[in-house]
Amino acid sequence: MAKAYKMFVGGSFVRSESGRYVQVRGSPAESADPQVVNVPRGSRKDARDAVVAARAAADGWAARTAYNRGQILYRLAEVMESRAGELRASLVRAGVPTRDASREVDVAVDRAVYYAGFCDKFQALLASHNPVSGPHFGFSLVEPMGVVAVVAPARPALLGLVSAVLPVVAGGNVCVVVAGADDPRTAVLWCECLATSDVPGGVVNVLTGEAAEIAPHLAKHREVAALDAWSADRALLVALERDASGSVKRVRTHDETAASRIASDAGQGLGFIETFLETKTVWHPVGT
Amino acid sequence: MGGEITKRKRSQDLAAPGGTSPASPERGRNLETNGVLEYAPAPEAIDHVRIAPRQDLFIAGTWREPRAGKYTAAISPSTEEQLAEIAEADERDVDDAVRAAQRAHEKYWSKSRPAERAKYLFRVARAIQEKARELAIVESMNGGKPIKESRDVDVPLAAAHFFYHAGWADKLDLAFAGRAWRPLGVAGQIIPWNFPLLMAAWKVAPALACGNTVVLKPAETTPLTALLLARIVEEAELPPGVVNVVTGAGATGAAVAAHPGVRKVAFTGSTEVGKRLQHAVAGTKKRLTLELGGKAANIVFADAPVDQAIEGIVNGIYFNQGHVCCAGSRLLVEESAHDLVVRKLKDRMALLRVGDPLDKNTDVGAIHSLPQLRKIEELVASGEKEGADRFSVSCALPRAGYWFPPTLFTGVAQSTRIAREEIFGPVLSVLTFRTPEEAVEKANGTMYGLSAGVWTDKGAKLFWMAQRLKAGVVWGNTYNKFDPAAAFGGYKESGFGREGGRQGLSAYVELS
Repeated sequence: MAKAYKMFVGGSFVRSESGRYVQVRGSPAESADPQVVNVPRGSRKDARDAVVAARAAADGWAARTAYNRGQILYRLAEVMESRAGELRASLVRAGVPTRDASREVDVAVDRAVYYAGFCDKFQALLASHNPVSGPHFGFSLVEPMGVVAVVAPARPALLGLVSAVLPVVAGGNVCVVVAGADDPRTAVLWCECLATSDVPGGVVNVLTGEAAEIAPHLAKHREVAALDAWSADRALLVALERDASGSVKRVRTHDETAASRIASDAGQGLGFIETFLETKTVWHPVGT
Repeated sequence: MGGEITKRKRSQDLAAPGGTSPASPERGRNLETNGVLEYAPAPEAIDHVRIAPRQDLFIAGTWREPRAGKYTAAISPSTEEQLAEIAEADERDVDDAVRAAQRAHEKYWSKSRPAERAKYLFRVARAIQEKARELAIVESMNGGKPIKESRDVDVPLAAAHFFYHAGWADKLDLAFAGRAWRPLGVAGQIIPWNFPLLMAAWKVAPALACGNTVVLKPAETTPLTALLLARIVEEAELPPGVVNVVTGAGATGAAVAAHPGVRKVAFTGSTEVGKRLQHAVAGTKKRLTLELGGKAANIVFADAPVDQAIEGIVNGIYFNQGHVCCAGSRLLVEESAHDLVVRKLKDRMALLRVGDPLDKNTDVGAIHSLPQLRKIEELVASGEKEGADRFSVSCALPRAGYWFPPTLFTGVAQSTRIAREEIFGPVLSVLTFRTPEEAVEKANGTMYGLSAGVWTDKGAKLFWMAQRLKAGVVWGNTYNKFDPAAAFGGYKESGFGREGGRQGLSAYVELS
């Protein structure tokens, strides 16, 4: 039976409010999918709805203990591994050679495990006690920024998505993601992993469609605190940086060379988490 | 540098009626002193300070006239007298400075041993301490801030910033949780007029410690102490071009930010200019940090130690005439404590001494400039028009110079301009709340997120608040504390990046 591919917003699989679609081609491989499937083409309104869903989930996700967030991401890794065959087949269907697809899924699972274990560690690496000159106790700690917009790399479709999203949510943020246009079906399949792994609805929201159409609205949106954009389209990255300046958004852009390194150890690390954290410094007098 | 004037002419207008300077507050409002507690004038002696009448650009280790030969006047805001003529750098001068910084980076600074870089910075810190009195006097003359603040806050903190960052120069391998680092190159740094020397120190010290070289653009109106810092850098024999100072107005700053040789732009100033800068830098791959405006909430619970809170509120908003990005300009008081807090606050405000910045008893100095004074007056008028109740300290103000009496508004609605817009002056808006949740919601209900204050006797409540306030600095039972070891910077439209602490270093390195 052929499956309808939908976007993932607020924990539900939804069609675009615009009723538009894009057609994605690929060899049917093991699935029941036909040669051509219709995937929602997300709109500005979809992006805004996704921000509302993300915002609603933000405080709850940030308030969970780091240990709990770590367990949920580890559960995600378990689910991804249990569905490894399906993820592999989906990549192959989109033109990735079988051996590369296997490796991509393996690395993606490892990456989920990596960030699961990071949820309660980065704070200790980034916070400080501040030895101020005076009778004060002072410290600086890190906090999530809130809603982060992610423009996922087109390729690798699964590992790129996982590598962009997981450090953001490991840090306690929620996100609105524009999936890569090359292989949105794999992105939707990954959302099915999210939906069955205790990640609360709204923490990760994934839109399909054209990044050049959707992302500028996210870059301008005042409820979006930061933007992580992976794209080979240099003009789009520059435009997003400009759009983001209107609300002093934190922006990190990555070009194709960054995407090409994503499978290596350079594709993960503390820096990916740190980029989407704020530092808060707290002072209090000491005395009797 | 040509002839020098030896002494600043003291304005004859400065003394308030009765001959006291600074202007004495309205007497007998609350303390019946019968004049016994009148302060005699206590002017800081300035005879050993000489300000060169013409100030040039510091590029590649030499003092140079601007190519266009253009100079503008630096004015004392407390007397309106001209202090010096300041060179106005154009694009060609900026290009010279950036090239000098690039050469210095390639030739000397990136190749110098980290321990040697540290020694240079330690030497700069020492020289600031040696010249502390001169720096404090010039800062107060040029900026209008009380000498007790420039002497006890601005200058010692500037020295501390160099001393602190000096020690990082040879320990950076330990600073980034095992990640490799390298310097960025030339840092273009644009600083504001409210803390001219301190902001220069905040910017220059970490940049140099991390192996970058610097083109510094001081504020148009307050370049004098940055130029004295350049003199110190020269005397400390830093290699030529490691620090360059180009003076001028907004166009000079824009030229610094736009120069392709600049790899990092650091800006402190208004949110409006910060947004323009972020837009201009988009697509250049330049690193950017922004320290922008604020509208901080200073939150007082009914269980707070009231007298300490009053001191903190006064310090929070009237420090440096309120020309402070993190000023506690919105006072949120728990409703049951409102009347008590406002009464005590008014009593305390009546004792503030407004006047000559060079008088050691002065609490509140001159408003920085005429345009700033007009902006404050305009916003205060809007507050009255929007229905808030105004209270201004009744005190005699000097006739020359720019002055505004310490002011507060009660009955302020969250939607009014004085509750939302940064006034950047000695004007406090008082609002009330009933529950901690409401306090958090009101405090966070702004596009800014630089700082916040919380006053309560309950530790658990203080941390509960601190966790929920969207602000880069939270002061608990204190306010306006700064230290080079403590990161400072904003959430939301108050900017991004941190200055100070280990966290501030990452703005000046490329991590891999």
